[in-house]
Amino acid sequence: MIFTIAAKELRSMFASPLAWVVLAFMQFVLAFIFLKQIDGFLEVQAQLARTPNAPGLTEIAVVPMFGVASMLLLMSVPLLTMRLVSEERRNQTMALLMSAPISMTQIIIGKFVAMFAFLALINLLIVGMALSLLAGGTLDLGLLIANLTGLILLGSSFAAIGLFISCLTTHPVVAAILSLAIFLALWIINAASRDPQSSLHLISLLKRFEGFLNGTVAVTDLIFFALLTATFLILSIRRLDSERLHA
Amino acid sequence: MGERAGRRDRTIAALHGKFFNRAASLGIFGSHHKRPLRSRQVPRRRHHSKVADKGREGPLEQRSGFPEENETSMSDTASPEVTLAAVGLSRRYGNNLAVDDVSMELKRGEIVGLLGPNGAGKTTAMKMITGNLAPSAGSVNVCGIDLIDKPTAAKAKIGYLPEIPPLYKELRVDEYLRLAGRLHRLPKSALAEAVQRAKHRAGLSDMGQRLIGSLSKGYQQRVGIAQAIIHDPDVVILDEPTVGLDPNQIREIRSLIRELGDQHSVILSTHILPEVEAICDRVQILHRGKVVFADAIAGLRAFRGGHSLEVSLRRPPQLEQLAQAVQPAQVEQVSDGVFRVIAAQGQDPTDQLLRASLERDWGLYQLSPAQASVEEVFVHLTRQDEADASVAGNPSSETAA
Repeated sequence: MIFTIAAKELRSMFASPLAWVVLAFMQFVLAFIFLKQIDGFLEVQAQLARTPNAPGLTEIAVVPMFGVASMLLLMSVPLLTMRLVSEERRNQTMALLMSAPISMTQIIIGKFVAMFAFLALINLLIVGMALSLLAGGTLDLGLLIANLTGLILLGSSFAAIGLFISCLTTHPVVAAILSLAIFLALWIINAASRDPQSSLHLISLLKRFEGFLNGTVAVTDLIFFALLTATFLILSIRRLDSERLHA
Repeated sequence: MGERAGRRDRTIAALHGKFFNRAASLGIFGSHHKRPLRSRQVPRRRHHSKVADKGREGPLEQRSGFPEENETSMSDTASPEVTLAAVGLSRRYGNNLAVDDVSMELKRGEIVGLLGPNGAGKTTAMKMITGNLAPSAGSVNVCGIDLIDKPTAAKAKIGYLPEIPPLYKELRVDEYLRLAGRLHRLPKSALAEAVQRAKHRAGLSDMGQRLIGSLSKGYQQRVGIAQAIIHDPDVVILDEPTVGLDPNQIREIRSLIRELGDQHSVILSTHILPEVEAICDRVQILHRGKVVFADAIAGLRAFRGGHSLEVSLRRPPQLEQLAQAVQPAQVEQVSDGVFRVIAAQGQDPTDQLLRASLERDWGLYQLSPAQASVEEVFVHLTRQDEADASVAGNPSSETAA
C-alpha cells in the first residue's frame, strides 16, 4: 500500500515539469562544478605528486561536488515537497486517501518514500559522475561512501521536514517558503554562537554534514539525522490524524 | 438481472400498497396523516422532554412503518441485511453543532436520500459515515464492522464520492481508476477487470486514455462515481452527485444511481426534492444538523401534497366567499382565478369545495393537491418542530395544536 502511494506520488511528480527542471538544473550545476574541479586537479597534479600527504582526486573533485549538492538540495527539496499534502488538500483529493482502507501512517510513509526515491535518483547521478573517474584514475571509495551517506541522510531530513510543513497549509507556495526558511535556519544556526561548545552546533545541519564530507561517519550524526527524520514523519502523521479529529 | 428487477418491482409495489392503504385509512388530508408521519421521525430526539416521548410511545408502536416494512421486504427478498447503521452521530465545530444526533439505517438494495438546504449538515454527516471526519459522539457500523474500532476493514466496504470529486487531473482515467482500485486493496489479478467494469457502469468505456483534467465536468463526475464503485462496496455514498451537470447528464447519472441501488446500498445527498422523489426509496430531511423527517418516499409525497389544494375557477368569487365555503381551511390567491386552499388539521375541504362550486357556479375546472416546494416542506417541518417543543410538556395537546 505504501508503494502504491509512492508510485502515485512519483507519477504526479514526473507529470509536472518541475521534477524534470529540478533534475536538469542540479545535473547541470553539479557537472559544471565537477569538471571545473577536475580541471583544477589536472593543473596542480605535478605539484601534488611531490607533496607528501597531499589531497587526492576524491578530495579535490568529488567532495566539493557533494558540498554543492547539499546546498542545491536545500533549495530544491522545498519545491518538491511543497505540494505533497497541501495540494491534495487544495484539490480536495485527500478524501480519496482518507476514505480508502489505509492508515495515515501509510499515507505519510508512502509520500516520504516517493521523495526518498526521487532524491535517490539525484544521488545516483552524482555517484555516477564520481565513479566515471575510475576510468582514468583511482578513487577513495570509503570517502565517497561517507559523502553519499551524508547526502542521503540530509536529503531524508529535508524531505521529512518539508512533508510536515506541507501538512500544515493548503498553499504549496507558503509551504515551500516556510520549508526553505527552516532549512536555512537549521543550516546556519551554528553561526549564531561564537562559542564552539554551544549546543547550537549540535543541531546545525551544516556542522553535522561537514563530518560526512571529511569522511567521518559518526554514530551520533547517524542517530541525529535518523531522529530528525522520524520526528517529522511522526509529526506529519499526527497532524493528518488531528485534522480528521478536529478540523 | 431480471430477477433483481423483479425483486425491485415487488418492493415498489409493496411500498405503493402501503401508501394507498395508509392513505385510505387516514383520509388524504389533514392532521390524520401528519400524526403518523410525525411519529416516524427518528425517535431519538434530545429536546423532547420524557413526558412527550412517553405520550408518543403508543402511536409509535402501532403505526410505525418500520417493523411492517421489515416484514414485507422479508417475505419479498432473501434477507434485507443491514449494511450501514449510524447511531446518534454528532459533530461539533467549536460551539456550533453541525450535526446533532443523526441516526440512519440502510439495508442492501436501498437508496436513501439525504435532503436539506445548504449548510444543513449533509456533507458533515457523510464525512463522518465515510471516516473522513471523526464524530464528536455516536457510532457507525458498516456490515457489522465498527468504523472507529476497525477503520480500514470498514472503509473497504464503503465507496465515497465527495462533493468535489477527488480527481488527480494529471492522471489518465485508467491510471486513476487503477490507483483507486489499489488503494481499496483490490488484488492485482482482479484490477484490470474491476477497472473495465467500473468504466462500463459509469459510461466511460471509451475514455480510458483521456487525461482526467481534459474531461468535461459531467465526465469527471462519472470518473468520481467509477472511483466510488470500483471495489464493489456494500455502501455507496454520493454527495450531491448531480450538481453542475446538464439535464441530459443528470438523467444519465440518476439512472446509474438507480442501477447501483440494485446491488449496493446508496446514500445520496441533494437539495433538490424532485431528485429524491425520482431516485430514492426513503428520505431523511436534515435541518440545522437534525433529522426533521424520515420516511419512505411515498410518505414524503403525501406530506408534500397533503396539506394544501390548488383550485382553478373559471368564475372566481371573492376571496372571503371562498374562504367561508371551505371553513376552517385558509385560502390564498395564487393568481387570477387560481387559489390555494390550506386545510386545517383534520379537515378534508375537497367535498366542501366541490359542493360550493356547483351550487354557486364558480366553474371549477382544475383541482390538484398543491405540491409543496422543498422550501415549504422545510418551513413546515421546522415550524412544527418549534410548535412541538413549546407543547412538549403537555402530551395531550397534540390534537389541539
